[in-house]
Amino acid sequence: MMQENVAQAPASASDVAPTLLALRGVGKVFSNGVTALSDVDLTIREGDFLSLLGPSGCGKSTALRLIAGLSTPTSGVLDWRGGGSLDRSNIGFVFQEPTLLPWASVFDNVWLPLRLKGVSRAKAAPAVTEMLARVHLTGFEDAVPRELSGGMKMRVSIARAMVTKPRVLLMDEPFAALDEITRFKLNNDLLELWQDERFTVVFVTHSVFESVFLSNRVVVMAARPGRVFDELPIEAAYPRDEAFRTSPDYAALCRQASDVLVKAINSTAGAHHDGH
Amino acid sequence: MTAIDEGVLKLDPEEARRVRQERLERIGRWVLPLAIMILAIWLWDRICVWNEIPQYILPRPGVVLWTLYNDAGLLFSALLVTLRITFLSLLLAVVGGVGLAVLFAQSKWVEMSFFPFAIVLQVTPIVAIFPLINIYVDNQTTKLLLCAWIVAFFPILSNTTLGLNSVDRNLRDMFKLNGATRWQQLRYLRLPAAMPYFLGGLKIAGGLSLIGAVVAEFVAGATGQSSGLASRIIEAGYRLNAPRLFAALFLISLTGIVIFLVLSLISHLILRRWHESALKQER
Repeated sequence: MMQENVAQAPASASDVAPTLLALRGVGKVFSNGVTALSDVDLTIREGDFLSLLGPSGCGKSTALRLIAGLSTPTSGVLDWRGGGSLDRSNIGFVFQEPTLLPWASVFDNVWLPLRLKGVSRAKAAPAVTEMLARVHLTGFEDAVPRELSGGMKMRVSIARAMVTKPRVLLMDEPFAALDEITRFKLNNDLLELWQDERFTVVFVTHSVFESVFLSNRVVVMAARPGRVFDELPIEAAYPRDEAFRTSPDYAALCRQASDVLVKAINSTAGAHHDGH
Repeated sequence: MTAIDEGVLKLDPEEARRVRQERLERIGRWVLPLAIMILAIWLWDRICVWNEIPQYILPRPGVVLWTLYNDAGLLFSALLVTLRITFLSLLLAVVGGVGLAVLFAQSKWVEMSFFPFAIVLQVTPIVAIFPLINIYVDNQTTKLLLCAWIVAFFPILSNTTLGLNSVDRNLRDMFKLNGATRWQQLRYLRLPAAMPYFLGGLKIAGGLSLIGAVVAEFVAGATGQSSGLASRIIEAGYRLNAPRLFAALFLISLTGIVIFLVLSLISHLILRRWHESALKQER
């Protein structure tokens, strides 16, 4: 059965979809002399679920910050389709920590991006309520972050990033701090959301299993200097569910990605001597 | 958690001991200080009697209480004068402290340039500055207010400044990503984030504004222009009226305690839902 899935899965998005953003020769050197990124070429297509996979120090978070416009490249260009930079309201960002306002209720936290655009509470209510339902948090509108579990906080964070209906969702190791059971659940829910709305995701992670489960493209990065090492298409059909997680195909793809990652790590001189 | 019924839940000896310990501590927290206080007052009374100490040197506690009742009109009207200065100066300290902190928060350069002045103002003893204020300012109330304000505003300024600068980096980026204006960032992010720090400063400033008011009255009172509690104390001192001295002192301490408790309550009410400091321990 799984065999069929692979056969009929020429990852539709990556073949036909138009380019959304192209990074051309992008590099970033910090003022302390550290080269975080060097000569990165990367094409992100509309509807991609693209994972940036790599060891710490490979510049994957820096790449994400460059795409978000939180930082500017030292060299190279970020070429948004249609030229110029994408309006920031078209980008959602999910940080490694939930990064919620601790004094504000769940509702107010999700309302915030709209509030900053001048949308009143009443006007924002339908969008906020709908988004909270999408991340399965209906009934928690009035709770404050400290009353929620780690997974629920992350759901609020995702709802907040998505409430403006962005075309691109950037995620910086969002589930790294969660336990595995919660992480699996959030993986499933995120995929569901992505399939319904078909936005583009750039997902930074250091988990092989997570990147393979979620993405249609895994971009493996190497460190010192941070660079793109190789790219791996994950040609398995969506929707991917728990059955996929336990399938031999998934295991094979993980092994493949793992091998590439090991090569990427070894490509950095001396890197295999320091254990992370 | 502590209300576990030992009859229903079988507790092992260690847990049972912990429950007993917690119950004891809860009672002890109130009973112990109260008992010590009563003991101290009783001892004070006995010392007066045993050593036949005259009233004008050390009055018995009963006499102090009696004076408080007898001179109530005089003392409480004086207290009202002191309280007015205290609250006005606290209000001005809040406005000035927060206002300056917000100004400092606008730019590192402003903060670097002007913060040293605030420190100079803070470390110079107010008693030493007062003669100058006396020369420059005519209005009595303004003089006292200025004094109390100088003493009280610094903790609010320094705490609020710290708070405004202690915003989580990612939250700042999040605001930036959503195109927040400077004002929005202040209103929705930095001011709420500074709230716990501000309230901490407010608790200190509350006590300081009372001290500032009393000290200012003392210095002003020396030139015979004031009618607050401090001047009553000076007056009573000249007349060797020790009972009234004690009564006035008691009123000042009581006022300070009440101010502290009220500000603590306000702080608790504002922070109770989200800030660590106001949360009940759950372990």
